[in-house]
Amino acid sequence: MMAVSQNIPMAKQSEPSAITPEMLKQAIAAGAITFLLASLIVGIETVSSTGALDFTTRYKEVIIASLGVFVGSMVISQMRAGRPLVGIIVGGGVSVVLLILLLVQGSDAVPKEFLPFNSMIINWGSLIVPAAIFLRAVQLARTQRAQVRGRPMVGEKASEVIQRILPWVGAGLIILAVALPWLPLGERTQEKKIIDICTIVLTYIMLGWGLNIVVGLAGLLDLGYVAFYAVGAYTYAMLSVYLGWSFWVCLPLAGLLAATFGVLLGFPVLRLRGDYLAIVTLGFGEMIRIIIVNWRDLTGGPNGINRVPRASFFGLPMERNPPEGVTSFHQFFGLEYNPNHRVIFLYYLVLLAALVVNFFTLRIRKLPLGRAWEALREDETACRALGINPTNTKLTAFAVGAMFGGFAGSFFAVRNGFISPESFVFLESAIILAIVVLGGLGSQVGIVLAAAVLIGVPELFRELSEYRMLAFGIGMVLIMVWRPGGLLAHREPTIRLHPAGGRPGDAKR
Amino acid sequence: MTADSVTFLQQVINGLTLGSVYGLIAIGYTMVYGIIGMINFAHGDIYMIGAFHSLIVILVLGFFGITWVPLALVVVLVIAVALTALYGWTVERIAYLPLRGSTRLAPLISAIGMSIILSNSVLLLQEARGKPLPVVTESQFNPPFVFLEAEGITAQITDKQILIMIVTILVVVGFTMMIKHTSLGRQQRSCEQDMKMASLLGVNVNRTISLTFIMGAALACVAGLLVTLYYENIKFNIGFVAGIKAFSAAVLGGIGSLPGAMLGGLLLGFIEVFFSGYVAADYKDVAAFGVLVLVLIFRPTGLLGKPEIEKV
Amino acid sequence: MTAPPLLAVEHLTMRFGGLVAIDDVSFAAPPGLITAIIGPNGAGKTTVFNCLTGFYKPTVGRLMLRAPHGNFLLEQLDGFRISQKAHVARTFQNIRLFGGMSTLENLIVAQHNKLMRASGYSVGGLLGLGGYRHAERHAVEIARHWLDRVGLIAKADWQASSLPYGDQRRLEIARAMCTDPVLLCLDEPAAGLNANESAGLNQLLLRIRDEYKIGILLIEHDMSVVMGISDHIVVLDYGRKIADGTPQQIRNDANVIRAYLGEAEDEALPPEVSADLGIRS
Repeated sequence: MMAVSQNIPMAKQSEPSAITPEMLKQAIAAGAITFLLASLIVGIETVSSTGALDFTTRYKEVIIASLGVFVGSMVISQMRAGRPLVGIIVGGGVSVVLLILLLVQGSDAVPKEFLPFNSMIINWGSLIVPAAIFLRAVQLARTQRAQVRGRPMVGEKASEVIQRILPWVGAGLIILAVALPWLPLGERTQEKKIIDICTIVLTYIMLGWGLNIVVGLAGLLDLGYVAFYAVGAYTYAMLSVYLGWSFWVCLPLAGLLAATFGVLLGFPVLRLRGDYLAIVTLGFGEMIRIIIVNWRDLTGGPNGINRVPRASFFGLPMERNPPEGVTSFHQFFGLEYNPNHRVIFLYYLVLLAALVVNFFTLRIRKLPLGRAWEALREDETACRALGINPTNTKLTAFAVGAMFGGFAGSFFAVRNGFISPESFVFLESAIILAIVVLGGLGSQVGIVLAAAVLIGVPELFRELSEYRMLAFGIGMVLIMVWRPGGLLAHREPTIRLHPAGGRPGDAKR
Repeated sequence: MTADSVTFLQQVINGLTLGSVYGLIAIGYTMVYGIIGMINFAHGDIYMIGAFHSLIVILVLGFFGITWVPLALVVVLVIAVALTALYGWTVERIAYLPLRGSTRLAPLISAIGMSIILSNSVLLLQEARGKPLPVVTESQFNPPFVFLEAEGITAQITDKQILIMIVTILVVVGFTMMIKHTSLGRQQRSCEQDMKMASLLGVNVNRTISLTFIMGAALACVAGLLVTLYYENIKFNIGFVAGIKAFSAAVLGGIGSLPGAMLGGLLLGFIEVFFSGYVAADYKDVAAFGVLVLVLIFRPTGLLGKPEIEKV
Repeated sequence: MTAPPLLAVEHLTMRFGGLVAIDDVSFAAPPGLITAIIGPNGAGKTTVFNCLTGFYKPTVGRLMLRAPHGNFLLEQLDGFRISQKAHVARTFQNIRLFGGMSTLENLIVAQHNKLMRASGYSVGGLLGLGGYRHAERHAVEIARHWLDRVGLIAKADWQASSLPYGDQRRLEIARAMCTDPVLLCLDEPAAGLNANESAGLNQLLLRIRDEYKIGILLIEHDMSVVMGISDHIVVLDYGRKIADGTPQQIRNDANVIRAYLGEAEDEALPPEVSADLGIRS
């Protein structure tokens, strides 16, 4: 599909003043609104101390924010009117000043008070705004020049290039993932940490791919996906702790039970559309969590289930000193005991499971079931008119998505060694949804990248974890307003009549 | 009078109180859904913002020595409602207006994002601990008034509960009259019926929609203020559960119907209080969600809603 | 017409609460012929369609389909089964394509049930068991055939929502035909088409009738289409049938003229109107 070229307005040479009253009014309004919104919540910080409530003021931040919005609004109006130079100067200038302040702060010459905000992370984060304005202004300027000279737009080519290299990126990621434990990752504890983080990221990738089947393919907005994650985790934990069954038995059973729940929870919502479906599934997710919290006899209540046994290598436990008469993994293969073996083994298990989910998704889209899911998402009424059973199709989507969620839950239980209801709050559903949406609904590689960024980065940099959710929320709103299809969303047909022009087969999603 | 009837009466009073709050929040959901057909997922957090603004104004007023409750309440009402209404307007401007006309999924995800932004911002700005109502304000409310007693069980009503009920009645009556008799209300109703036609007839649709959000936010703020006074403690995350319950109330009463929202709110209040008192307090939230599920399965249009015929 | 009708509508009544949308309508659509349902706006035509194709459950009435592969009472079948079992296909007044999918994919989805069986409900296909690939190739051939018929071969890989309006209409018809129907129901297929495109539509429908020998039922306002291709016309007004017969009979039916034009006061029709209705004055 050819993208439509943008017509960037050119600044009129005849205009005497660059600043119109309209712009000024808008900027003042924006600044004033920011001031009002921030005045109480930001300006006043309540401090609770032993039953009483006290407060301190933070008006510096309010004023800086309001001024910033005022200036930003003026700059953006200018850019919209066709004068990107303003954006380049102001955006670039503010970025540079801020960056310098951030780098030299703490020294005697530049005390912390010079910085706009109290929190360092917010300070670094606020760098994004002027930098983004600067970049956008540069892009606008280049487009303007290209328009004058009649050359094609720069931005459009970028998205086509991205689409073409995606399959290679995907393949590359898989190779990297398989080879990861063999790479030199540093000494033992660091290696363990890296592989462990990758295991967590892989679990979320699996959750994202699972939810993608329900939301991305079938178009069923499920806000309670965490319920299936929980069912899988608890089933695995209960079977392995209470009944002592092995990993290879508990895993499929957990998936099966999760799938059953998927059908059970899917039945009542069959006739619901969009928003209602979302809220009810959210309600279901919460109901399951509340039941887990309160059914102490079965689930251990708020304390959860402890001492979930580790996975064994097909019967060979991975311990330094195995019990009497049992050969451990390292003894069997004549290796030296390495506590990282367990971590690496689990990593490969999760990787394998994730690849299975990926394979499933890629294949199913070319099979009648996957096509029916996508058709259902596009127009359910038309599906009925074509003889497709919407009930069965929806339930299948729920069941399959739930099953994969259940598998992910099992891996979660094994990795942690213990589970509690705190891990299965609505926020988790929102995070998984954010991964799917930000990655581009339906894009397999996009979800990998989104999970890597949203989960991996905060894990690596623990100081950021407080701001993680805020960043999620901002990201979700921005992506929806800017690119409702997600970052990498672009649908390649699953079957072509004419071969694609120079593209390597079907794009990997 | 037996102890059982006394307990029952007490539950009725508690239910009315809780239900009034749900109703006030539910009105915001139902009006927005009625006019643009979307669930404002962030509405519950607007209620939380309203509660925080109320608390902060009370705090600041106390700092300046204004602690007499009736005066303080009026000031709080004006300031907090105005600011919370501004929040409602801003949320619509930023997160929903750009997405009008796109798929159903986009505004919902944007709303979820907005909800996360609001609650996490307050978490970061005001820390995670619960915020108690200042003692000086709290101390001006009278102890509960016992009006019935039997076999050692008392039924009592506090002036806070009376305040909640009176404020709710006033607000809802005023609101309904405004919707029915003013031109603003007519414009609102016309947009609910047929937006394209209304705009062709000169109604400023965008402005009407913005006003809907503003009004909903104002009511949510009132609910937030009442809750702050009643429970004497608020946290950054009270928006989530209250939001879902209020939405359930709106659905129960019939989405799109203002009296339905209030009716649904009261009913849900009763259901929750009775379930909590007579069955299992731990599972009371399950009861609320259960109501939502059952209504949507068996009578999606709710009690006072009109049945929708699917146009093919 | 001695052959039993393909579709026999008997005493169809549809009530929505207090509103009677269709009042005791009976008619028959002969097999292998084109039957048009016409009438002023609000006459209940689309409601009849919705009853026939499972979107509404008729309040009263019997809808008997006599197909080569069996007899079906349409009022008793679940929505999607009317297409799946009875092989009744329909298109919609407001085009309902799978916009995000390609032209070709739309036609493949239409062959869903056949492909599901061939792939073992997709499980066999997942495991790579044979049979599916062959069935899919066959389905693509059928799709190609129809793309050729409606002139969309070159746009086979285009996203359906990017097709021009006229192409979308034709794609919807092709998609309906891919379900291998015995009765094709078209809801205002000429809406929004210009004169050339309407003529093209006529050609397509006549070809379908002649080559596939299926029954076609169509709702239309465009008289050039109705008069041009119908073998049989049923006229509705205010939910009631007011005329039923050949195009020649309908043209001259006083009730029909009155329904469309109001009370005739013994004055001649304006020439444009006569031309529209095909009445030779």
